[in-house]
Amino acid sequence: MKDVDLSASLITRLRVDSFLADYVHVLDSDRLEEWPDFFVEDGNYQVITRENVERGLPLAVMSCQGRGMLRDRISALRTANIFEPHVYCHILGSLRILGNTEGAIQTESTFNVVRTMADGAMSLFACGRSRDRLVDSPDGLKLAERVVILDSRQVDTLLVIPL
Amino acid sequence: MAQPSLAAENTFAWPGEGTWRVPFQVYTDPEIYALEQERIFQGPTWNFLCLEAEIPNPGDYKTTYVGEAPVIVARTPDGRISAVLNRCAHKGALLCYKQHGSVREYNCVYHNWTYDLDGNLTGVAFRKGVGGKGGVGPDFDQKAHGLVRLRTETYKGIVFGTFSDRTPPFAKYIGAELIASIDRVFIKPLKVLGYHSQVLPNNWKLYAENNKDSYHASLLHVFHNTFGVVRPNMGGGIKISDNGWHHLSYTERGAPNNDATGREKVRSLKEQYRLEDASMMEHKLELGDQVTNSIQTVFPTLVIQQIFNALAVRQLVPRGVDRCELLWTVLGFEDDDAEMTTLRMKVNNLVGPAGFVSMEDGCVGGFIQRAAQADRRATTIMPMGGRAIEPSQGSRVTEAAVRGFWKGWRECMKL
Repeated sequence: MKDVDLSASLITRLRVDSFLADYVHVLDSDRLEEWPDFFVEDGNYQVITRENVERGLPLAVMSCQGRGMLRDRISALRTANIFEPHVYCHILGSLRILGNTEGAIQTESTFNVVRTMADGAMSLFACGRSRDRLVDSPDGLKLAERVVILDSRQVDTLLVIPL
Repeated sequence: MAQPSLAAENTFAWPGEGTWRVPFQVYTDPEIYALEQERIFQGPTWNFLCLEAEIPNPGDYKTTYVGEAPVIVARTPDGRISAVLNRCAHKGALLCYKQHGSVREYNCVYHNWTYDLDGNLTGVAFRKGVGGKGGVGPDFDQKAHGLVRLRTETYKGIVFGTFSDRTPPFAKYIGAELIASIDRVFIKPLKVLGYHSQVLPNNWKLYAENNKDSYHASLLHVFHNTFGVVRPNMGGGIKISDNGWHHLSYTERGAPNNDATGREKVRSLKEQYRLEDASMMEHKLELGDQVTNSIQTVFPTLVIQQIFNALAVRQLVPRGVDRCELLWTVLGFEDDDAEMTTLRMKVNNLVGPAGFVSMEDGCVGGFIQRAAQADRRATTIMPMGGRAIEPSQGSRVTEAAVRGFWKGWRECMKL
């Protein structure tokens, strides 16, 4: 790879890596009101099982089109839904840059989330991969689309904090 | 089959008349749980196996559970549905260990015994031995060692199975009134839109009760009350089968009966709460009426759901005395256009493991399971709507259908 290409690709990787670290940080630190801002205005967000993806089935566990629906997820969490308090810890695994064309960066990264309940009980709550499409904006990188693919079809009790 | 456990029957006593008080012991006692496997799941009950749409072609199979018994349901070469216990007659290994697939026969990986899709034993490896030595011997009757079979019945594309020869035909089991409610939803060929499940930290019966509990719908679920999906003053009602085992709870648009919601100051009515994008609450009427929410249960563990355009079957599987798995099969119709599929995908945000409505049902069972440990002899109380098991027109503020579930439980369990 030419030096200039190598630099560009390393910079892209660092930018994406830094973006993803900031993204999971707001989810892990209860700064959920900032979550929709990581997306463009008409961004898409889905949490879907690996099984449904492999079988070509459209059903998602969470499905948001546009920031309005993302904000509704957070407002429902804050005021409407009933669930026991808990926190997430996202551990991000390998990041692959799949493509970088026409201003969009396609990535795939693996993740694990440990969920800790108020009484201290910890569990491996979710694992899988996220397929993201990132675009540039005046405020830096934003998600045009994030598809979180859960390896398991089983959700333990409920999913309310986004992944 | 195992002998009934005398210990459970000696240390368990149903409190008094009726089924409006339920002992917490039923949610925590492992002996009662074991007896349920025999008396309910292998008893005179119809249990959801799959949808015909999931096994359309000869050889197609799906693995599932009836209670804790692993079951394979398949389409035979001549197009019939057949269901067998997923257990080799030889040493008991699972015959199919994948979720679904297509096979010409069942072939056990352990010793290569083979069965046709009706469960007849068709091949025993080295049946005659090798070189004149070994083999099963002349008194081994292959016909006597097939797989344990379930009887199946299919209604409107839903496949049910039973281990018991005492189970009446499905139409008689559910009754004429409630079979018409299945007809109401399953009007056209179905399409599966996807699967997911919730693993719940509670005894299966706590979730089974929740589905029959129309009283909680507008009280636990802020979305139901605040957004007018289910409010106590909307039209609708409760239908219960004659024997109490099965029910339907439905809510419909139309003139409110009275202004009950205004008078009851309940947590779930948040008048200032608004959705920024309410497009997921859009409802295209497609079933010929104004029903917004219809929850139907078929004892013991099937739910047929219609919430706006979100259609699904939910299958409840016990996974131990304090754990169960709720398997969602989300549906559309074969002739849905792209716009309808998009609408269904949006409104499915209300249900499932992250459902704006359903997530809470996943949560409350665990609250009860923890508190139920405290005193085996204490009971719940369910006095709403009286003590009897009567259907009600208009009012869903009743626990009658839950009392009906317990009547079915007591009759199967003989407790």
